[in-house]
Amino acid sequence: MSTISRSRSPIKLGMWLLLAPLCLWLLLLIILPHLELLTYSLSAPDEGGFTFEFYGEFFGESLYWRTFLRTAVMSILATILTLLIGFPVAFFIAKMIKGRSKGILFAMCLIPFWVSELVRTFGWMILLRESGVISTALQWLGFIDSGVELLYTDATIMLGLVYSAMLFMVVPLVSTLDSLDDSYIEAGYDLGGNNWNILREIVIPHAMPGIVSGCIIVFMLSLGNYLTPVLLGGKDSLWFTEQIYTQFITRFNWEQGSAFGILLLILSSLIVWLGLKVTGQSFTKTMG
Amino acid sequence: MKKTSVLSIAIALSMSASAQAAEELRLLTWGGYAPQNVIDLFEKETGIEVKVTNSNNEEMISKLRATRGSGFDLAQPSQDRVLGAQKDHKIYKPLDLSKIDRAQFIPSMLSATEGQSTLKGEVYAVPHVWGSSGLVVNRADAADIKDYTDLCNAAYEGKVSYRLKRPTLIGFAYAMGEDPFAAYSDEDKYQQIMDKVGQKLMDCKDNVKTYWSGGDALLNLMRSGETVAAMAWDAGGWKLNQENADITFVAPASGALGWIDTFVLPRKTKNEEAAYKWINFVMQPDIAAMITDSAGNFTASKGSDEYVDATLKSQYQASFSAADIDNIKWYPPVPAGLEKIEGKILDRVNAY
Repeated sequence: MSTISRSRSPIKLGMWLLLAPLCLWLLLLIILPHLELLTYSLSAPDEGGFTFEFYGEFFGESLYWRTFLRTAVMSILATILTLLIGFPVAFFIAKMIKGRSKGILFAMCLIPFWVSELVRTFGWMILLRESGVISTALQWLGFIDSGVELLYTDATIMLGLVYSAMLFMVVPLVSTLDSLDDSYIEAGYDLGGNNWNILREIVIPHAMPGIVSGCIIVFMLSLGNYLTPVLLGGKDSLWFTEQIYTQFITRFNWEQGSAFGILLLILSSLIVWLGLKVTGQSFTKTMG
Repeated sequence: MKKTSVLSIAIALSMSASAQAAEELRLLTWGGYAPQNVIDLFEKETGIEVKVTNSNNEEMISKLRATRGSGFDLAQPSQDRVLGAQKDHKIYKPLDLSKIDRAQFIPSMLSATEGQSTLKGEVYAVPHVWGSSGLVVNRADAADIKDYTDLCNAAYEGKVSYRLKRPTLIGFAYAMGEDPFAAYSDEDKYQQIMDKVGQKLMDCKDNVKTYWSGGDALLNLMRSGETVAAMAWDAGGWKLNQENADITFVAPASGALGWIDTFVLPRKTKNEEAAYKWINFVMQPDIAAMITDSAGNFTASKGSDEYVDATLKSQYQASFSAADIDNIKWYPPVPAGLEKIEGKILDRVNAY
């Protein structure tokens, strides 16, 4: 007996050691901060004790839930746009070209991500501002008489969001489309299907896990984005993350900020869950 | 509370490890207040290494609040943000005035700052850099902008910029004939004034190109001509004036808003001695003049005017007549609760 248990314990210890970083990471960086956030959001700052006041504020003051609604709708729109643009790109990379050029095209999708998001956003600001590249070029070509301001609108925010999230849609799509056997598509044509039939009956069902996981990532990234809406949106940038930042940093109202943070987590999870239900997908199938 | 103790041990360990390496001063300050040439001179004289973190009022207080007053040895919030933050969060430590060379300060400023930062008989702050906020105007395009409310003239649609922060609320309130500082102690009255200002700012939104947040963003807006007037700090206006003579700082008719950035000790400062050495070092007239050149604002150091660059002096005189200086509204300490009122108004203006 003793020999068995002695030979067994090192394996167990090894497993625990391997698990330790994951457990520590989950506990220290995910679970504890969220618990702390939850405690903050439920405690009254002056009297101490328990209160729902800060959650009530979110639903009571139309300003806050409207901002959340606006953020969610714009993020969903950004996700759909990213999918519409990303799908043909991914299909082209995965199916239409072979060999070296495939790698080069893939790398070209990646290259913008070698610089930080901040730098990319400033790049867009240089292009789009009233005294910027595009406005000056249009004036030089004689299309417009005076400078035109392309920054600080909802369309600019959308552009920035789609641009910064594109990679996270293309990568999962390419990998699922890669695994689709070309012979299925050929068989589809042999059976008399047209392009539309094949796309709907063969390609999209096969790519569904990639589409779903891409959409979840892009939606969450857009919803949680801070830089792009603030810098490109200017005076009309009203993003929920900005509200959280303001509550924490400029208003010193940590309780309210925490409540907003928890609400963002719950409401965005709810939207993802609803999305999965509506499209008939399951989370485990997508991730597995 | 177990996690707090584990965390604080970890932080304490990492800090003691870095403290052993070399004596250092961790300074939490504004951009330009600790230029490299001054840091080099200080290091040569004392052997103390200075680590600078640039910030602003809100971030300074938030940072110190998050660490319960540790992580920095010396901080520089504005005078009006000392008492309120101390009452609410207890993040500062009283100064030992005997360790500060008081003869180096302009006496009136020193006593004013000390008076406004005294809590239960203890002094928490001494003055360092002072300046004002008002209007930066491109006189070629918008010569008739004389006060904050002129920014809302229909002629300047999409051509002006200001911040969505409390100085804007206060400035507009004065320009609309109110006296917000006098209403500091009367919450209902203050709410009334702020509601009025909020309405004005909402009506004014079409005129705004964008609400600026960083100083550099504002300089770019004015420099490129995308905006013709903005609410900003005097130093920014004078900097632009050197590049384009049309642009300069204008003290508004209803009065510029005066601020004083101070020296305070965070509650858990690790190197108090170095902090006092730094204060006494940078208040020497010639060193203070170097900081004025870098920050663009004057200091509370006595006699440093003589060493300051002549251009800056003439710019200052051009922007401020004697009457304008008398008309400067100095920020009194912010009472608790007011910032909540202001916050909601600002959120509403942003969402409008």
